[in-house]
Amino acid sequence: MNAVLEQTTTAAVAVEHLNKVYESKERRVEAIGDLHFEVRPGDFTCIVGPSGAGKTTLLKCLAGLLAPTRGAVRVNGREVTAPPQEMAVVFQEYGRSLFPWKTVRENVELPLRERGVPAAERARMVSAALEAVALAGAGDSYPWQLSGGMQQRVAIARAVAYQPKVMVLDEPFAAVDAQTRADLEDLMLRLWSDLKLTMIFVTHDIDEAVYLGQRVLVLSSSPTRVLDDVRIDLPTPRTQAETRVHPAFATLRTRVYGGIQAAKAAH
Amino acid sequence: MIRPALKKLFIELALPALLFALLYAMSASSTNFYFPPLSTVLQKFSAIWLGPRFFSDVIPSLERLLAGYLLACIAGVALGLPIGLSRGLRRAAEPVLEFFRAIPPVAVIPLLIMVMGFGDAMKVTVIAAGAIWPILLNTVEGVKAVDPVLDETCRTYQIRGLARLRHFILPSASPQIIVGMRLGLSIGIVLMVISEMFAALDGLGSAIIYFQRSYEIPEMWSGVLMLGLFGFALSMVFRGFERWALAWYHGMRHMEKKN
Amino acid sequence: MASDAMPSGQGLGMQAQPRGASLRKDASALLRWLSGAAGIVLLALAWELAPRLGWLQPQFFPPLSAVLARLGDLAATLEFWGFVLSTTRTWLLGLTIATLAGIAAGLAIGLTPGARTYTHSTIEFLRPIPSVALIPGVILLFGSRYQSGVVLITYAAFWQVLLQMLYGLADIDSVARDTARSFRFSRFGYVRHVAWPTLLPFLFTGVRLAAAMALVLAVTAEMVIGSQGIGRGIVVAQASNATVEAYAYVLVAGVMGVAINLAARALERRILRWHPSVRTAGGER
Repeated sequence: MNAVLEQTTTAAVAVEHLNKVYESKERRVEAIGDLHFEVRPGDFTCIVGPSGAGKTTLLKCLAGLLAPTRGAVRVNGREVTAPPQEMAVVFQEYGRSLFPWKTVRENVELPLRERGVPAAERARMVSAALEAVALAGAGDSYPWQLSGGMQQRVAIARAVAYQPKVMVLDEPFAAVDAQTRADLEDLMLRLWSDLKLTMIFVTHDIDEAVYLGQRVLVLSSSPTRVLDDVRIDLPTPRTQAETRVHPAFATLRTRVYGGIQAAKAAH
Repeated sequence: MIRPALKKLFIELALPALLFALLYAMSASSTNFYFPPLSTVLQKFSAIWLGPRFFSDVIPSLERLLAGYLLACIAGVALGLPIGLSRGLRRAAEPVLEFFRAIPPVAVIPLLIMVMGFGDAMKVTVIAAGAIWPILLNTVEGVKAVDPVLDETCRTYQIRGLARLRHFILPSASPQIIVGMRLGLSIGIVLMVISEMFAALDGLGSAIIYFQRSYEIPEMWSGVLMLGLFGFALSMVFRGFERWALAWYHGMRHMEKKN
Repeated sequence: MASDAMPSGQGLGMQAQPRGASLRKDASALLRWLSGAAGIVLLALAWELAPRLGWLQPQFFPPLSAVLARLGDLAATLEFWGFVLSTTRTWLLGLTIATLAGIAAGLAIGLTPGARTYTHSTIEFLRPIPSVALIPGVILLFGSRYQSGVVLITYAAFWQVLLQMLYGLADIDSVARDTARSFRFSRFGYVRHVAWPTLLPFLFTGVRLAAAMALVLAVTAEMVIGSQGIGRGIVVAQASNATVEAYAYVLVAGVMGVAINLAARALERRILRWHPSVRTAGGER
C-alpha cells in the first residue's frame, strides 16, 4: 500500500499567541484566550479539552477559515490568512462534507481536478487513496449509500489524495460507533506513518488522544489556553490490543484526564 | 411477478376510469347545448386535434411556450445566482422583486401589446416575464441555503470561483431551482393560452376562443380537453427531467427516510 | 459542532458580555431596511428618468410621476373603487371556498386509509390542467358576471390548498400517530391533537400561495371574460390607447398583490408563533 502512495514533505505548524473573540449583536465571547504552541514536522499531535474549550475555533483558525483577533497561525513560517494550500481538513460531519451529487470517486478527485492534475494521473491517485482506506470497490457509489464509517473514510481518502503536508482532523470519529472508530484510528496511524504527514487531531476522547498521539495538548475552558503538554512515549507500532493495556497508557491517560477535570473545575 | 405491477396499474387507473365512465354515462343523454355528450366531444377531439390542428395550432403553441420558458429558465437562474450569493444585493433587490412578482403577469399583456404588437415576440415575452419569477425566487432561495460545512470544505480544498459555482452552488441549489422551474412551467402554460386568447391567429388558446365565439361547443370542449392533455403531457416530461436531474437527491432522501 | 462563525452561548459558557447589544441589533435592522429602501428608490428613479431621458419611449413607458398622477385622478372616482371592490370580492369568495374545500378534501383523503393511493393518479392528472381551460366553460355558465372569476379561482386555489394539506398529513410524526392510536384517540381527537398542529404550517403555506394565485386569476378572469374589476380597467385602457391609465391599473394590481403577500406572511407569523413546533412546509413559493 505504501509503495503506491507518494511521500510528501511535511510542514511545521506554529500557533503564536492566538486570541479569538466573537462579537455579535447580543454578546461578546472570548473563545480563545492565548494559545501558543508549536507542532514539529511529521508529528502526530492530539488536542483535547472540555466541551466549550474552543477546539472548534482553534481548528478553524488553523485551517484558515476564521481570522484570529490577535496572534497568528503559521504553516512553515508563512502566516495563515486563508485556507493554506498544503493543508487538508477532515470535518466531523462527514455526511455534510461530501458532495451528495458526486460519486465517491468524483468526491475524492475534485480537489485534484481543481489543482489541474491531468486525468490519468488523477485516476491513479484516487485509486491509490481509496485503496489506502480500504474502499477500493466503492468508487462508483454515492456517499449517502455508504455507512457513516465508510463516509468518513471517503473524506480521509480525499484528504490523502490531496497530498497535503498537514492534515487537520476535527473530532472525525465522534459520530461513529466504537468498533468502526477503532478501525479508523488504526487507519490514521497507518496513513501517518506511511505518508509522514504532520497530523493535528482534535478530539474529546481521551483514550483516543493518548492512543494516537505522540503528544497531547490539553486545553483549558474558555478563554482557552494550553493547560498541559503531554509527551506520549508509548512504544510503536501501536495496536488496540497491546498499547491500550500498557501501564504507561494508564498513567498518561490519568494525567490527561486530570488536566481536563482541572479545566472543567476552573470553569 | 406480474401481480404487484398489475395491482399498481389497477390502483392508478381505478378512480380515473370510474370518473370517466360516470361522466360518459351521465352526459350521454344530454341535450344541453352547452354541455354535449362526452362521446360527441371525443369524436370532435380525434377529428380535430389528432388531425390537422395538431400541426397548425398545438405545435405553434408549444414552440412559443418553449421559447419563453427556456428564456425564463436561463434568465431566472442567471439573475438569481448573484442575488442569492450576495447578501447586499439581496437586501436591495428583495422589495423590488416582491413588487414585480406580485403583479399578475396577465396584467402585463395589454402593456406588451401596446409596445410589441400582437405577434409571437409579444407572446414569448409574456410567457418569459411570467415564468421567470418562481424560477428567480427559488434560485435565490436555493443558492442562499447552501450547507456551511460544504462551503468550508470547498474553501479548504481550494475550490473557488467558477468551479465552486459549478460543483457546489448550482448542484446544491438544484432541487430548489427545479421546484421553481416546475411552477414556472405552469405559469408559462397559462400565459401561453391567455396571450393566444387575446391576440393570435393560431395556437391552442386562440382555437378554443374561436370555437367559443362561433358557438361550436363540442369543438370548444375538445379544445379544452386538448389543453388538459397538453398540460398533463408537459408535466410528465418535466417529471422525467426531474427524476433524471435529481436522481442523487431522491436517492439521498430515500436513504434518510429509511433511517 | 457549530459551523457558523458564532457558536452557541451554551457551548462556550461564561465570558458573555452584552456590550451595546441592543444598539448593534438596531443598527443591523436599520441597515437592512435602508438597503431595501435603496432598491425601491433606485427603481422609482429609473422608472421616472428612463422615459424622460428618452432611453425608453415615453408613449409606451410613461414616467412614474405621470402614472401616479393618473392613479390619483382615478382614486377620486367611484368607478375605480368599484373595480377594486369587485376584484376583492371575487378574490375573497374564491379563496374562501377553495380553502374550505381544500381542507375538507385534504382531511377526507389524508385520513381515509388507501384514499391517497387511489386518488393519486387523478390528482396528478387534474393538477396540471391550467385553470384557463375552464374559461370557455364559465363563460357559457356565468357570462361576464363575477361568478366566472370565482369558479376559476376556486378550481386553481383548491389544488394548492389540497396539496399542502396532503404534504402536511404525510408529515405527521409516525411516533405521534402511534402514540395516539395506543391511547385510543377518537378520530376527532386525533385530528384535533395530532393532525391539526402538524397541518397548520402547511395549510398556511397553501393559503398564502392560493391567495396570490387567486388575485392573478381574478384579474385574469376580468381581463379575458370582461367582468367588472381591475383587469377590465386594464383592458379598457389598453383598447382606448390610454397607456398611462393602463399602467396605473397594473400598478394597483401589483400593490394589491404585495399587500396580500405581506398580510398573509404577517398572519402566518402571528398564528404560528405559538405553534409548538413550527415546521417548514411545502418548499414552494
